Amino acid sequence: MLTCKAATHLMSEALDRPLTLGERCRLYWHLLACIGCRAFRRQMRFIRRASRAYRDHHE
Amino acid sequence: MDDARQAGPLIELRPQMLKFARLQLQDDAAAEDAVQEALGAALEGAAKFAGRSALKTWVFTILRHKIVDILRERGRTVQISALEKDEAQMDAAFEALFQANAHWHPASHPGNWDDPEEALAQRQFWRIFEACLEVLPANTARVFMMREFLGFETDEICRNLAISTSHCHVILHRARAGLRRCLDSGWFRPEARTC
Repeated sequence: MLTCKAATHLMSEALDRPLTLGERCRLYWHLLACIGCRAFRRQMRFIRRASRAYRDHHE
Repeated sequence: MDDARQAGPLIELRPQMLKFARLQLQDDAAAEDAVQEALGAALEGAAKFAGRSALKTWVFTILRHKIVDILRERGRTVQISALEKDEAQMDAAFEALFQANAHWHPASHPGNWDDPEEALAQRQFWRIFEACLEVLPANTARVFMMREFLGFETDEICRNLAISTSHCHVILHRARAGLRRCLDSGWFRPEARTC
C-alpha cells in the first residue's frame, strides 16, 4: 500500500509529468482513505496557482 | 512622442522588475542587464499598449523571456552540487512530519486551509509568500522558479542543469513541501507553528 510519504511525492510529480496508470490507481485508493493527503494535494495545487498569480502580477 | 509618454509608467515598473529578476538570477549585475534590455525592448513597442496593466503584463513577459535566455546560456556553468546543508535540514524537517511507518504523524497531519483563494487578494499574503521563497535553499529555489515562474518543462531543467529527472523531481518536491510548511505556519495556521 502507498504510504503518505510516497503519496506526497506522487502528488508533487503529478504537477510535472503525467502519472502512469498504476501510479494514478495507487494514489486514487490512498486518497480515498487519507484525509491528510487530500489536504496536501489541495495545498500543492494552491501553491501552483499562487505561483502563477505571483508570476502574472508580481505583487 | 508616444515613446516618451510611455517611458514614465515603464520606469515605475523598474524596481519590481529588478526584484523579480534578482530573485531568479541571484546576480545583481545580470538582473540589471536583463531589466535594462527588457525596458529597451518594451519602449519600442509601448505605444501599442493603452492600459497600464496590459503594458505591465507585456513588459514582464519580455523580462521573463530575457531571464529564460540568460538561464539557458548559463546552463552548464551552474553546478547543482550534492545535497547542501540547508537542503538536508529541509529534508529532515519533512521526514519529521511522518511516523516510522511513513504515514502522517498525528501532530503534523495536513489541516484544511481556509479560503486560500481569498489569500491571493491580500497584500500581506504575498509578503509571506515572498519571504517563504527567500528562505528556500538557492538550488531548490532556482529549480522551483524555473518551473513555476519561467515555465520550463522538467526535462529542460534537468538538461540545463545536468541533473537526472528523478533528482529534478526530488528538488521540486522539496521546494513545494517547504513552501507548504512555511505558508501553513506563516499564514494559514499560525497557531500550529512548529518552528
